Amino acid sequence: MKTFKGKVLFLDRSDINTDEIIPARYLTEITKEALKPYLLEDLELEGFSAENDIKDKSVIISRDNFGCGSSREHAPWALEVNGLNAVIASGFARIFRQNMFNCGMLAIELDEKIIDDLFKKYAGKIPDIEIDIEKSEIIISADGMTERIQFNISEYDKVLVKSNGWVEYADSSY
Amino acid sequence: MGKTIAQKIIKQHLKDQPFEDVNVINLDGVFCHEITTPIAIMDLVSRGKDRVFDPTKIKAVIDHVTPAKDSKTAEQGKILREWARRHGIKDFFDIGRNGVCHALFPEKGFVRPGYTIIMGDSHTCTYGAFGAFAAGVGTTDLEVGILKGVCTFKTPKTIKLVLNGKLKPGVYAKDVILNIVSRIGVAGATNVIIEYTGELVDQMSMEARMTLCNMAIEAGGTSGICYPDAVTVDYLWEYIKDDFKSREEAIAEYSKLISDDDAEYEAVYEYDFSDLTPQVSYGFKPDLIKPVSEMEGTPVDQIYIGSCTNGRIEDLRVAAEVLKGNKISDNVRAILSPSTPQIYSKALDEGIIKIFMDAGFCVSNPTCGACLGMSNGVLANGEVCASTTNRNFFGRMGKGGTVHLMSPATAAATAIKGKITNSKLFK
Repeated sequence: MKTFKGKVLFLDRSDINTDEIIPARYLTEITKEALKPYLLEDLELEGFSAENDIKDKSVIISRDNFGCGSSREHAPWALEVNGLNAVIASGFARIFRQNMFNCGMLAIELDEKIIDDLFKKYAGKIPDIEIDIEKSEIIISADGMTERIQFNISEYDKVLVKSNGWVEYADSSY
Repeated sequence: MGKTIAQKIIKQHLKDQPFEDVNVINLDGVFCHEITTPIAIMDLVSRGKDRVFDPTKIKAVIDHVTPAKDSKTAEQGKILREWARRHGIKDFFDIGRNGVCHALFPEKGFVRPGYTIIMGDSHTCTYGAFGAFAAGVGTTDLEVGILKGVCTFKTPKTIKLVLNGKLKPGVYAKDVILNIVSRIGVAGATNVIIEYTGELVDQMSMEARMTLCNMAIEAGGTSGICYPDAVTVDYLWEYIKDDFKSREEAIAEYSKLISDDDAEYEAVYEYDFSDLTPQVSYGFKPDLIKPVSEMEGTPVDQIYIGSCTNGRIEDLRVAAEVLKGNKISDNVRAILSPSTPQIYSKALDEGIIKIFMDAGFCVSNPTCGACLGMSNGVLANGEVCASTTNRNFFGRMGKGGTVHLMSPATAAATAIKGKITNSKLFK
C-alpha cells in the first residue's frame, strides 16, 4: 500500500483539468517516471509555481470537479512520480477519481464547507497531513495545533488502495 | 420501478457485484489508441499477463499523432502495431486506413445498440448515439478490459433531456450541445448519464447525435445516450442485415432497450431550441458559452475543422457550402482534417475537398493531433483558434493558446472573415 503522509499542496481553484495536470504534449512518454518534470506545468494560478511548490509535497487539497476533461491516467501517474499519492477535494470528475483508486491512490471528497475552512485556516501555511484509511481519518496539523477530519470512501475503494490497484484484483477474481 | 436504457444494458451485461453499487460488467468492445494503450500493454507484459480476452472484441487505431511526428510517437505506434499482430487483432487501423477513433469505429459497424464499450479516451461517450453504454476510462481500466473483458461501473443515474422544436437554418447539433453544457455546467452531470430524447433528437442524423453525445463528458457525464430507432438501423444496416429479417424487426428488437415510462431519473429537463442561435465558447471552460453575435469580430489566428466532434461528412458539407466561392482571410490560416478515410474519399467525390483547397485551407490527413495540441496544427503562445473541437481549456491546442469552440458553419464563416462571425446559412 502507498503512504499518505507529508506536506499539503493547496490548489485554490475549481475545475482543474487533466490538461493542466499533465499537458497532452507529454503524452508521448511511455514511462510514468518521464512525466515527473511536467506536473501542473500549464496550471496558471495566482501564487502557484510548479517549479517551487510541488517539491516535498504529498497531498493536494483543491476544490470542485478536480481532474475534469481527458481520461489520461498520466494525470495520477504524474502526481504519483512526484510523491503526491492523494488528492482531497470537494468534488472529482468520474474518470480521474476512478483512475486514482485503480492506481492504489486516494481521491477523498469532503464537504465544500470543510474544504473552504481548510483553505482559510491554513492560508499561507504548509501544514503536515496524514491519512489513516483504517480509521477513515485525516490528521492535519500546523503551528502545534492538530485536527482530525472524518471521510467516507467505499469498501471497494479501500480494497483497491490496499491491494495497490485493480489489475491484480480483477485478474484473480474474473 | 422501470429502468432507463443504461440500466437495462448494465443489467444484461452484469457479471458480478462484489461490493455495494459496484457492477462488474462484461464488455462487447474494448477500443484502443496509441496514446493510452501502450503503457497498458507494457504493464501486462511486465506482469507476465500479455494476453487479450477476445481479439475480435478489441479494436485498435493509431489516430492521435499520425504520421508519427518523432521517435517517441513512432515508438507508441510500434508498440500498438506489434501487440495487435501478436494477438491476432484483425481490426487494427494503421496509417492509410486510420481515422479519428470515434468517427472510424462507428463507421465500421463496431458500435451497436445495447453494446457495452470502453476506451482509454474520454470522448468514448460518443457511442451512446447508437443506444450503447460507452464510457471513457483510464489506462488501468483499459488494461483490465483488454485482459479480462470486464469493467466496473456504479449503477447509472440518469438525467433526461427532452429536446423540442426545430432548429433554425444555420443552427446545428454543435450549437445545441454547447448550449446544453452551458446550462448544466462542467460538473453538472458528474457520475450521471445524459439521456437525449425528444422530437429534435428524433429528427437528427447519426452524425448529429454523435456530436450531441460526444460532449456529454464536457458536462462531466459518464456517457450521453440516445434511443436506437430507424435512423440507427439505417446507419448500421450493412453490418446488421444478417442478424434480422427486416429493418422493422431490427427496430422492434432494439426498441426493447428504450427507457421504461416509469424509469427513475435524477432530473428531467425540457428545452425548446426553436429560437437557438449559433453558439461559441469563450474563456477556458466548455460551459462558458455565448451566442456568436455577442463574440462577433473577435480576431483569430487559425481555423480548425475536424475531430471526433465535428469532422464527419455532414460537417464538411455544411462548411463547404459556406466556403464555396470564397477565400479565407489573409490574416488567418485554416486546416481541415476529415475524420476518416471514408469521409475524406466521399468529400473528394462530392467536390468538397476542392472547395476547401480553393478557399485556402490546408487539407490534413485524418487525425486527432491538433485538437489536443499534439500535432498537425499546434498553436503558438498567445494565438487564438476557431475550432470545431470539444475543449477550450487554456493551452489545449498548444501552450498559451486560446480555443473558441463552434460549429463547422461558424468556423467556415470565421475563416472567410478572419474574425468570429455567423455564417450566411444563419438568417
